[in-house]
Amino acid sequence: MLNTLAEPSRPDRLWRSVEPRRRYQVVIVGGGGHGLATAYYLARNHGITDVALLERGWLAGGNMARNTTIIRSNYLWEASAGIYEHSLKLWEGLEETLGYPILFSQRGVLNLAHSPQEVRDSMRRVQANRLAGVDAQWLEPADVAEVCPIVNVSPQVRYPVLGATFQPRAGIAKHDYVAWGFARAASDLGVDIVENCEVTGFDVRAGRVTGVRTTRGDIAAETVALSAAGHTSVLADMVGLRLPLQSHPLQALVSELLQPVHPTVVMSNAVHVYVSQAHKGELVMGAGIDAYNSYSQRGAIHIIERQLAAAVELFPVFARAHVLRTWAGIVDVSPDASPIVGLTGIDGLLVNCGWGTGGFKATPGVGWCYAHTIANGEPHPLNAPFTLDRFTSGALIDEHGAAAVAH
Amino acid sequence: MMLITCPWCGPRIEIEFHYGGEAGVAYPENPAELSHEEWGRYLFVRANPKGEFFERWCHSAGCRRWFDLRRDTVTHETGSIG
Repeated sequence: MLNTLAEPSRPDRLWRSVEPRRRYQVVIVGGGGHGLATAYYLARNHGITDVALLERGWLAGGNMARNTTIIRSNYLWEASAGIYEHSLKLWEGLEETLGYPILFSQRGVLNLAHSPQEVRDSMRRVQANRLAGVDAQWLEPADVAEVCPIVNVSPQVRYPVLGATFQPRAGIAKHDYVAWGFARAASDLGVDIVENCEVTGFDVRAGRVTGVRTTRGDIAAETVALSAAGHTSVLADMVGLRLPLQSHPLQALVSELLQPVHPTVVMSNAVHVYVSQAHKGELVMGAGIDAYNSYSQRGAIHIIERQLAAAVELFPVFARAHVLRTWAGIVDVSPDASPIVGLTGIDGLLVNCGWGTGGFKATPGVGWCYAHTIANGEPHPLNAPFTLDRFTSGALIDEHGAAAVAH
Repeated sequence: MMLITCPWCGPRIEIEFHYGGEAGVAYPENPAELSHEEWGRYLFVRANPKGEFFERWCHSAGCRRWFDLRRDTVTHETGSIG
């Protein structure tokens, strides 16, 4: 009986599955959002299509599948406003650019202030954002309740809401669709996407990286561009490059599906919780990082416990929701909470790392700038401040306030 | 939740401890002679291995003493040093 049933037809694949060639102009290591966006813009903006994107697991299965998809650009310093705002502008046109739905929803983000010092810092950030051309407002508690009625703005709670910054153009997107959209577009332009291909070493000749060794053979390249988030240190160690990065688990969780209750994105650095409601209906919540270095892709339960205690106090309506699942991604945290994008001091090797807890929002922006860096051998003006050299020169871009853990 | 063995208090749960990062990072012997590169490395660069790691922990909710611990950053298995 079963044999007479025809198999359902499989949907068309969005990208070509290829056997890697032995030589490319550019090899990108890491098939997450950043690597995919970089490959796409290399092909589209610079006409460089002799590119292999190597992913050790499956496409976009690392932090791209684990983040809480918050997109915003309200950082403190001009350098940050430059790259994050460029990214936000690209997000605003990305569905049309890629010809693929990504469920980009500009529902705004509230960054809550819970202490007089946080109020002062937040107001300063609002002013800095306006000077840098980033939309930002300061809201009093009553206005916060107007934007997001389910936030408890009572002064009686342990960490009362004293106000919030609001960026109306901020929002969320569907992370998988973003990855698939970039993968399809890059593949159509000629980029080879190679999954299940782990880099196990580098070929170095006369101080120059000339290729990678992988679980699917050696691959020569004029330029090798790392884009491996929490595993960047592991790769850099293979060529003796020491980077100022520490890898930590960052946890997140979702509730079961609920009716729409949460119209915006709310973040609180003080109590380490940030939450939005996905299109499908889950409440998506991020927590703080676990304090110790780890590559285990799982975190400790007390972090989740603390996060949910804070969430339930801020949103009493969440008390009856159930946690469906929790997970962790491995994030590469830099000393100044800003990324490192550019040259390494080793010819033929570039890095894009240090995005810590907040890389997703930068996906199109960093892809644009990293592709420029690869194509021209020197940084784009927007990623020029984010050098590795700043940890020698002291020109740090301190974004602990705007990033904290809740990037 | 990890169970960490304090050398003085015995096994206790993770939340009693404070993390101190890589062990064995000594203050430069001749700070005045350090180059910018060397200062940068001392201040900002620490090992970040996937696997065995030697690190500092403080039993902050117990005896409040610092100690070194050997821990695997993938399995979280711990052991004493030496």
